[in-house]
Amino acid sequence: MSAIETKVSEPVTDELALVQAAKGGDLQAFEELVRRYDRNVFRIAQHITHNREDAEDVVQDAFLKAYENLHQFQGQSKFYTWLVRIAVNEALMKLRRLKPGRTVSLDEEVKTEEDSLPREVADWSPNPEQQYGQAELRDILTRTIQGLPMSFRTVFVLRDVEGLSTEETAEALDLSIPAVKSRLLRARLQLRERLNRYFQKRESGDGKP
Amino acid sequence: MKCSEFLQELTNYLDGVIDERTKAELEDHLAWCHNCYVVCDTTKKTIEIYRDSQLYELPDDLRNRLRSAIVSKCQARKKAGPEHV
Repeated sequence: MSAIETKVSEPVTDELALVQAAKGGDLQAFEELVRRYDRNVFRIAQHITHNREDAEDVVQDAFLKAYENLHQFQGQSKFYTWLVRIAVNEALMKLRRLKPGRTVSLDEEVKTEEDSLPREVADWSPNPEQQYGQAELRDILTRTIQGLPMSFRTVFVLRDVEGLSTEETAEALDLSIPAVKSRLLRARLQLRERLNRYFQKRESGDGKP
Repeated sequence: MKCSEFLQELTNYLDGVIDERTKAELEDHLAWCHNCYVVCDTTKKTIEIYRDSQLYELPDDLRNRLRSAIVSKCQARKKAGPEHV
């Protein structure tokens, strides 16, 4: 079995030049940075907040905060990693404001490994996602990922959906590399387990549960 | 190799960040352990399905609206003085 192919990231050769120009007050250069990453920031924000309007606010707040703090960006990390770190913090702050009674943290529950051990091992149909219409599939995937604990979900989204490296994810979430790896493994296994009921191979019938 | 050991290495294996020797041991395990083969295969599919799912795409009209709002807020900050930028 081969390793998964990662998303090819866009060229970033001119990115430092854009950041430098934006630092010097060139708003068009900053707008180009917004254009490059607004879709990513929006997706991450929606995965954390579960709400489109909140995600819209987070996108605006995150870019504005990045603009205001550009002078603090030293260029040791990629601009995108730095931006993701700001966006995740803004999204978590938004949740804390909306749900003051609830703990909203990326450090939550580090239980034993047993919570992620496969309980049900069933083979899937060859192209399981094609058993469903687009809207239905989107609904299944959304509900399934929203059921994951926040710290697992965020790591999975950054690593597997947005294609950040383990090191970049650790930096963006302020976690250690072993913590990222452990959460990623458990997130992947839990999602797989939860998707079983929708995607497993049927003996007969139309393949739907 | 036990199934639990295989699972511990699953993420490194799927990400292709593993030394040749461990990789060979894992693939040897996969060759005879059907359960681990299925878990590995369906986990890989899980990742690919989510990566290709296009959940939460930003529609063009909303995207333009957000970008204008961001730029005008930045403009206002810039005008407010250098100590704010």
